[in-house]
This record gives sequence, C-alpha cells and structure tokens, in this order.
Amino acid sequence: MSQYDVIGTRAPRVDAPAKATGRAIFVDDMSMPGMLYGALLQSPYAHALIRGIDVSAALKLPGVKAVVTHKEAGLVKYGVSPARYDETIFCYDKVRQVGDNIAAVAAVDMATAVEAASLIKVDYEELPAVFTIEEALADGAPLVHDDYKRNISAEVHQEFGDVEAALKECDLIKTTSLKSKRQDCAFIEPQGCIATYDLSGNLTLYSSTQTTHYVQRSLAMALGAPVGKVRVVKPYVGGGFGSKASASHLEMAACLLAMQTGKPVKMIFDREQVFLHGRARHQFVHTMTTGVKKDGTIMALKHEAWLNGGAYSSFGIATVYYAGSLLGGPYKLPNMKYDGYRIATNLPACGAQRGHGGVIARSCWEQQLDMIAEELGMDPLELRLKNIMTAGDVTCNDLDMSSLGMKECIEVVRDASDWKNKKGKLPQGKGIGMACGFFVSGAGFPIYRSETFHCTVTIKVTEDGGTAIVSTASAEIGQGSDTTFAMIAAEGMGIPLGMVRIESGDTDFGVDLGAYSSRQTLMTGQATKQAAENVKMQVLDALSKELHVPVEDMDIKKGYIVFKKDKPDLSALKTRYIKEHREWTDNPSLDDELSFREASRIAFFTKGTIVGTGMYKPPELGGKFKGAAVGTSPAYGCSAQIAEVSVDEQTGRITIEKMTDAHDCGQAINRTSVEAQMHGSMAMGLGEALFEEVKFDDKGRLLNGDLAEYKMPTALDMPPMEALIVESHEPNGPYGAKEVGEGNIMPTIAAVLNAVHDAIGVRIHELPLNPERVYLAIKEYREKNAKQ
Amino acid sequence: MKKIITLDINHEHYEVAVEPNQTLLDTLRYQLGLTGTKKGCEVGDCGACTVIMDGVTVNSCLVLAMQAEGRQITTIEGLETKEGMHPLQTAFVEKGAIQCGFCTSGMILSARVLLDKNPEPTEEGIRRGIAGNLCRCTGYQKIVEAVQSAADGMKEGHQ
Repeated sequence: MSQYDVIGTRAPRVDAPAKATGRAIFVDDMSMPGMLYGALLQSPYAHALIRGIDVSAALKLPGVKAVVTHKEAGLVKYGVSPARYDETIFCYDKVRQVGDNIAAVAAVDMATAVEAASLIKVDYEELPAVFTIEEALADGAPLVHDDYKRNISAEVHQEFGDVEAALKECDLIKTTSLKSKRQDCAFIEPQGCIATYDLSGNLTLYSSTQTTHYVQRSLAMALGAPVGKVRVVKPYVGGGFGSKASASHLEMAACLLAMQTGKPVKMIFDREQVFLHGRARHQFVHTMTTGVKKDGTIMALKHEAWLNGGAYSSFGIATVYYAGSLLGGPYKLPNMKYDGYRIATNLPACGAQRGHGGVIARSCWEQQLDMIAEELGMDPLELRLKNIMTAGDVTCNDLDMSSLGMKECIEVVRDASDWKNKKGKLPQGKGIGMACGFFVSGAGFPIYRSETFHCTVTIKVTEDGGTAIVSTASAEIGQGSDTTFAMIAAEGMGIPLGMVRIESGDTDFGVDLGAYSSRQTLMTGQATKQAAENVKMQVLDALSKELHVPVEDMDIKKGYIVFKKDKPDLSALKTRYIKEHREWTDNPSLDDELSFREASRIAFFTKGTIVGTGMYKPPELGGKFKGAAVGTSPAYGCSAQIAEVSVDEQTGRITIEKMTDAHDCGQAINRTSVEAQMHGSMAMGLGEALFEEVKFDDKGRLLNGDLAEYKMPTALDMPPMEALIVESHEPNGPYGAKEVGEGNIMPTIAAVLNAVHDAIGVRIHELPLNPERVYLAIKEYREKNAKQ
Repeated sequence: MKKIITLDINHEHYEVAVEPNQTLLDTLRYQLGLTGTKKGCEVGDCGACTVIMDGVTVNSCLVLAMQAEGRQITTIEGLETKEGMHPLQTAFVEKGAIQCGFCTSGMILSARVLLDKNPEPTEEGIRRGIAGNLCRCTGYQKIVEAVQSAADGMKEGHQ
C-alpha cells in the first residue's frame, strides 16, 4: 500500500481530453485581430559575403507592412552559451549556412509575405565552404568564424586519475570508434510564434518553445528591451526534444516586425526550415581506448571526440562537454581522459537533442565493453554488473550518484528478457544485445552564470477553497509535466487531483528554466511540493487558531482535515460556514468531517487569498575543474536495455523484434507517463540506430528536409516494448523522484549494435544501420573470413 | 478568383469562398476554425492533417477545398456525441496514448476508419492502420494499446 494518495498512480493526463478532442490550442491555431504574417529571406549559399541588400522592390509590393534587415535589427551578438555568442538576428557581413537569415517581411497574408521576401535583392559573393570535419581542419581551410582558429568552436581536455599509468596495469586494451550522422528532432509541430507589441512597450511572444525563460532573456538582450517588458507564453507545444530549447531567428524576427508595425505578427516554419534551423543532434565521431583487468575490472578510458557543429555554436559547448562527462558512470572508472573538439562548418548549426551530447559516446563505449567481454570470455551483462556503481558512489569526474538503481535495472531486464537462455544461443540471424546508460535530472547550473532560482512556483487557492491553481513557467511540451506538477501539488496539499488546476509556460508565472536536461520533474517538482506544503501550512495555521488545535496535531489527506489526536467539536464552525454560504450550491454536508474546502475558506477569512510559494535551486555541486558544471546534477536516472533483433543477411535489413527497458526514475510520479517517456526514448534511439540521417549535397543544401525522405520510425517499424519501472529513492528529488525523459535513450543504439553482432557476428562502427551499410559490412566480414 | 462552395463537415453545411488552389486543410483551420486538424508538413508525409472523406482517410493538405465539395468530411471535432467522447478518444486518454497531442487528431481518425472496416484488428492490423500517421513522442506502443482497447470496448458495446 503506497504511502501516497495521488503520486505513483496512473491518473490520466490533465491535458489529454483537450488533445483527444482537438480542443488543445497550439500556436498556429491562434490568430489575433489585425494579425500580419511574416516570412524570412534565407541564404541559398552555404558561405558567401553579403555585398548589398536592396529591399526597395519588396517594400513597394501592395500588402507589405514592414521589411527588416540587420539595419533595423542591430548587431547585438547572442546565442545560447554566453562564452559563444556568435549570431546576430540577421546576417550582415556574410552568410555561414544555407538558410542563414538575411531579412524578414510582414504582410497582410502569407503569400504576399513570401512573394515580398523573394523580391529582396541580395548581392552575394560566394566563398569556398567547408562541410566535413576533415575539410574544416585542412590547412588553409576557409574559416566559418574568424575567431575560431582551425574552425574549432570549442574544445575540452580533461583527465581524471592517470590514464597512461593505469593502462600499463591492464591485461586487455581495446580501441574502437563509432561514427554517427546528424539527426533531426522531427517533432510533428513545426516551430511557430505570434508576437504582439502594445503602446506601453510591452512585447508578448506566444511561441512553440521549451524554454520561455531563456527566450525571454534572449529577446530582451538582442532587441534591447527591458526583461520586465518581455513576456513569453507557451501554448500547447507539439514536441521539442531539444530543438525548441533556445530562442530562434523566427522568434526574433516576429518580435522585431511586431515592434515595427504595432500589429501582431505570426511566423511559422515550414518543414524544410525545421531541418535548417532545428539545431538538433550533431554528427559525432568517437574513438575510445579502454583498459581492463583479466577479471573484467575496468581501469581506464581514453576518449577522443569530434563533433560537426555547423555554422553557429548554439548549445555546442555543453554538447562537447557532455560527450565526455557522461561516461563517468555508471561503471566504476577510476581513470578517464577526454579530448573533445567541436568543429564549425558551413552546414546548418547543431545543438541539443534528447540525451544531449551523450548518446553516441555511450553507444561507442557500450559496444566496446561488449567486445571486451567477448574477448575475456565473460557474459557482457556480468561484465557490467561487476563494475556497476551503486547509490553513494561518486564518479572520477565528481558526479554524485545519490541514488542509483543501475544494478537492479540490469537484473530486471536480464530476467524479463530471458537473457540467460538467449544470449549466444539464438539461431544465426537472430540476436540479443544489452547496454546501460544514465542521464542528469536537470543541469546543475543555468546556461548563463547566475545565482537565480531555477524555478519558482505559486499555488493560489480560490476563495471557496474548491480549486488550487498551480502557476509555473515550466514547459509542458508533451512529456506530461503539467500532470506531474498537478499530482505533486495535490499530494503536497493533501487534496484530490481533481481540485488542482495547472497553468504553465508563461514567464508572468515566475522563473523556470524550462524543459531541457530532464530537469523539470526534480526541480520544478521540488518547487511545486514546497508551494503545496506552504498552502497546507497556511490553511492548518488558520484552522489551528480557530479550533485551538496545534498545527502539528492536524494534517490534510484526500481533501479532508485529519485530526491526529482528539477531534475537536466542529459544530460551531460548520454552522457558521453554512450560514455564510447559503447561496452556494455545493456546500459540504453537515457530517463530522471537515473538508479542505471548508478549512481554506476559513483561512481566507483571516488571511485573504491563500498563496503558497516554492522555489528551487540545486545545492553546490561538482568539482572545481574547468567544465565541471556540465554533467553535474542533483540526481541521475539510469536505464538498462535489451534489444532482440533479426537480420536478413541477404538484404542487410534489420528488424527489431523486441525491446526490454528498465529505468530507475526514483519515485514514479505518474506510472503511465514514466512508461510513455521510456517508449518515446527508445523510438528515437531506434530511429537513430537504424534509419535517421540528415543529408546534404556538395553545396551544403538539404537533400532530405522532409518527413518522407528523412526516415523516422512509423508504427510498423516499432517493436513491442516492455517498460519496467525501477524505483529507488532519490534524496534530492520531490518524494524521491528523478528523471525519465532522457536516460532511456542512452542504451538503445548500443543494445542494437550488440544484438546485431550477436545475430551475425559482425561489428559495425558507423550509423545508421541501414540495409546498405549492414549488407556491405556482412560482405566485408565474409571476405575477410574467407581469406583467413 | 474565389468561388463559393458548400462543404459537408461533421454533418453540418458550411458555405465558404475558396481559391482554386486552397487546400481543405487551410480551409478547415483558418476559415472554419476547425483547428483540431493539424498542419505538420503540408506535403502529405506526416499525417497530422488526416480527416475522413467519404469513409476513407485523406491528408487534407493534399485535397483541394473544391475537391471536397459534395463529400462527407469528418474531422476530430465531429467525433464527440451528446454522450461525450468517442470510445477511441476515451481510450487514448485512459491508456496514455497522448503526449504532445499534435498527431492525436489524425491518429484517432485513422484508427476510426480502421475500426469501421475491421472491428477486430490484430496488432499488426492496427500498426498498418496508423502507419501513415507519424508520432515522435510515443513509439506508438500506447497508441496501439489504446486502439486495441477501444476495439474491445466497442465490440462489447455492440453485443
């Protein structure tokens, strides 16, 4: 029997009925009186000087209300990481990628806006461009940004322990690589926004974003507006996965056009623009050397990573740090050396995507550990168990595993998948593979240096005590955070979920850093819990004075006041309540229970509107070394996965037969939502493992900027997935909860790579595992074996 | 040059003036305020704009408004009755088949046509029935479970 009344259940999501019936409002569903439509003029070249921009023909087109370029926008540099602000709203000296933004137009309708954008004349002088890491690093290569020497936009060099010394003590040293391809977040709702500007200078942006707070800050900075005059509101958002986690040129341009015209301006990306400006997963090339003892003890990891970052830095500094730091666990690893390089190229910029920075690194290492286990003659699952960290362990790079059910996850998937009877025992062409991973429950530090709270939450009780309104700037983007916080609030106040209404995603509701780094359940959850307990205390405090019962002798459960000792005489209070509220149609009965509704009405009489507040920022975290901030978190979720595959050796086609996933999310707040996150992570991981690759031609133009040629999983590609929840108790989380949104994508690709090897004996070191690549790998493997 | 046509949507008649190149999707969303039909790609790849036309699913971004004249159109707004949500909608809510919700309208309408044709689909049949609707959040598992659950419930309801 759970000690909780609301959390840990399978309550239907609070937003599901609106979404099931078409009532939920997304940004493109909104319109406003006098609204104009905006379009962007984008560069057709990957690298070119801008000699001149002539907007006169566009301005003359009937229906055009404003045309803006860098002249109107100014040249304020902005971006994601303050150390790499390398963008302006519009390009002024040169363009660095196809799609780079030159100008924007506002007109009475979209067709006119698009036509006007096409009438803007830009005098370009094309420059030589670099598209691959090799091209960008070549001697004499053109520079994407003059201040990134050799086109290195960020580099990391870290060593913990003494790797070279440790390798000398090893019985087996293994070096392997893994090369991935650029992935797209491929959410179904393209980014869009509507900007309004009023006569008092208030700028309001309705936007499909994951991070209202960062967008607010970026807008204020780039547009030169006071933060207090900028409001960002998030309607329902059709998925984000990282691409909607920073301010976009679309948002900047819409605001600028609204400020110029005084009219609401709507701008929506088309699907190709989502690919051009999505800033999703980088291409990674990892090379790793791991040393182990004969008994399987992992001694050292030497790791080098190269990231193709595209034209701007975006989240890239964090990405290249994460690519190294997230290998510190979940295995005991005393010595780790990491050299990471993020390279600027003339492709569209990359940024963050689910499993930020860590996914391909994890895939490379988990494949290598599988190879090591094979050479040692060990079960790869046992090799992992042998080295597993447990709660209280701290990684060599100072990540504190304050709770860690990693061992339990491995055991759960081992038993659920019947691993022992399958591994190495399946017929040729069928295979089973496993891998592990972990992820942060929220970045330990904001993107900009600050002492700010990471979130503030307010809960206001309506005058009748019938509804508690939770206000948070956090972002429901599909992951279920609104439901999570409504449940935490209900639990914290001791009332049923039905009495809670949540309003989220508006910077007017407070500060919340938003939906990224799997931070909201833990962080916004903590602030929500605190606000809810604050409400409860205020109600009980008022009641204590009324009934002369000490606060500590009372509690609130399931919407009723619990008297832990003698129950006081409630008749006077009850009678007073009924007399006061003769006109109300829903008065409580005159039974001997006292409801939260009555109690908070009594509290209202003495305190006015009951408002509870909560706030959260992480405690001091992590080491003192350079880059220590990236990877630190108050808690870590972890996951073990087993993939079962069949490989058609004639065609190279892989079919995923089944996925078994166990995830330690701490206390599950909503069990259905936890499973849903596990499923979603596996789907995105399988897409990246098998199909997904954003492709460009030799001029840096998109070849598959659409959802037909960019292959992501359909219902027919997805196997049955078993999602098994492992619950540890996370001391830093609300009710012991931590992340579930990203930890589950860490093991997926490696589990498939290892299963493919189990099926056909072939190791493949490049993604995606499309039929062509697998077929050629089989052919090469057979030719090599035939020669021997 | 706009032309006035009459559209039969969710058993109601709407007179609308449309351009020859105007899609049914844009007409539904921006002219009639039926914004439950979503726009994800405008080229027939994602299935978010799925509506039912004369009993079969179509991508409304690939249908011109003028082509829809004289046809019976059902959008997500047409599924509820006085009794409340359609069993498919209820199942999607209860089974956790909805995350961001952007694919949901199209997904439910595809499932509706599937169940009209085959009230007892296999899991494979359900996956085929919704294969034209992309979802990036769910991995489809809970959607398949919801459709199965609705099918089971509707079968019992008929008995």
